[in-house]
Amino acid sequence: MAKPESSPVIELVSLHKSFNGQIVLDGLDLRIEAGQTTVIIGQSGGGKSVLLKHMIALIKPDQGKVLVEGVDITRLNDRQLNNIRKNFGMLFQAAALFDSMTVGENVAFPLREHTRLKQHEIDEIVKHKLRQVGLKGVAHKMPSELSGGMQKRVGLARALALDPKIILFDEPTTGLDPITADAIDRLIVDTQKHTNATCIVISHDIESTFKIADTVAMLYHGKIVEIGKPEDIKSSKNLALQQFIQGKAEGPIQVV
Amino acid sequence: MIKIIETIGRGLIRFIEEFGQVMFLLMSAATWMVRPPARLRAIFKQMEFVGVNSLAVVILTGAFTGAVLALQAYHGFRLFGAESLVGSTVALAMTRELGPVLTSLMVTGRAGSAMAAELGTMRVTEQIDALYTMATNPIKYLVVPRIVAGVLMLPVLTIIADFVGILGGYIVGVGLLEINSGIYVAKMIEIVELEDIFNGLVKSACFGLILSLVGCYKGFYTTGGAQGVGQATTRAVVIASVSILISDYFLTAAMF
Repeated sequence: MAKPESSPVIELVSLHKSFNGQIVLDGLDLRIEAGQTTVIIGQSGGGKSVLLKHMIALIKPDQGKVLVEGVDITRLNDRQLNNIRKNFGMLFQAAALFDSMTVGENVAFPLREHTRLKQHEIDEIVKHKLRQVGLKGVAHKMPSELSGGMQKRVGLARALALDPKIILFDEPTTGLDPITADAIDRLIVDTQKHTNATCIVISHDIESTFKIADTVAMLYHGKIVEIGKPEDIKSSKNLALQQFIQGKAEGPIQVV
Repeated sequence: MIKIIETIGRGLIRFIEEFGQVMFLLMSAATWMVRPPARLRAIFKQMEFVGVNSLAVVILTGAFTGAVLALQAYHGFRLFGAESLVGSTVALAMTRELGPVLTSLMVTGRAGSAMAAELGTMRVTEQIDALYTMATNPIKYLVVPRIVAGVLMLPVLTIIADFVGILGGYIVGVGLLEINSGIYVAKMIEIVELEDIFNGLVKSACFGLILSLVGCYKGFYTTGGAQGVGQATTRAVVIASVSILISDYFLTAAMF
């Protein structure tokens, strides 16, 4: 379990959320420690995305608190929320690039919105961020001209534009071939080391999880059933967790 | 019997629910509109899309409506020798009713549907969520410019439709049907008041609000992937068109 003396960057306290009577989060508690990568694993459709979206207030809980550096973001108004969100970067599952803008304009978007930098300074940062994710000479292209893996890189560059303290990843390797997936994993690890940001990744990709995680948490039945270092997770006695990391259809987790 | 009442009741509840949500969107758009920054670039871009790009279709519709009106009025009026009133009939019908209504219906088909499709696609591909995470309010960034453009550009388009409609009527009445040009114009000037034109423009501004608000509402709250986007687009056009025709009656009753 997390050391109690260090104060967490994000703390979720007895979070409840249901959609149309279907319970997705059922009194979930979770502490995210600063400066490391936490991977939250769990079944598809098990509420991982919902959980992640609570951390940046894209979804409001029915009950419970979401504390970001001690501030309960469920009670903030739009303006206060925007100030908190400037500390965040988020990479969406399908990258969510603005398809009406070029790659360069996508990465420049947060800079144009929230800084008073001049055009040539923005261009410089955009180039640097794109290089950081391993892309060169794509700034003038439209997102639709890029492959899925490249779109995710651009999405990451855009998420990094304002040098966020917290980066959220929504299934970064889903839908990618193994080689590209590995490259994205490395990118996450490098980014975390480079920026010392707090990274929160949700994934159902076990191989990738153990490559990048400092801490692994398992979401099951709307609760975090197990959290710990990757080694501890691998040797956990929790049957659901073992079933999940071994990838078996038989076990306590019902396959629907 | 009970079933019929049940169905009507359910429909009514859904209508009230949805109407409330539309008003809520309008309210938050209004509050975001007055908050800086003004986002003139986005507004001008939408004005170009709603206004300039609709010119061709509005001119065609207006000209041929005026022309056919003159043709029909002539056949009727000839029976009791009132051919001289064709010009004023065309002008009154264009400025009071057909200019605003037909222009709004054409723009609904062109731009209202596009608003729903564009915002709907942005919703289902998480681009709207991405805006939130980048601390940019999507209502301010996406909805406000579209509504402003709708309200400002519809009167402009209507003026053009009025003008080419009257012109079309003149060409048919004087050119083809050989009504005396002097009498045609004199009667028109005698009977049509400035108020007729002005009230028509007020109506068209209201229609502009309806079509952009409905288009944005349907797009902004789209769910369910590609099918959802298609549905949102169709519904936006149907709801906006019907609302325009219904509100036209009440606006006319109130104004004239």
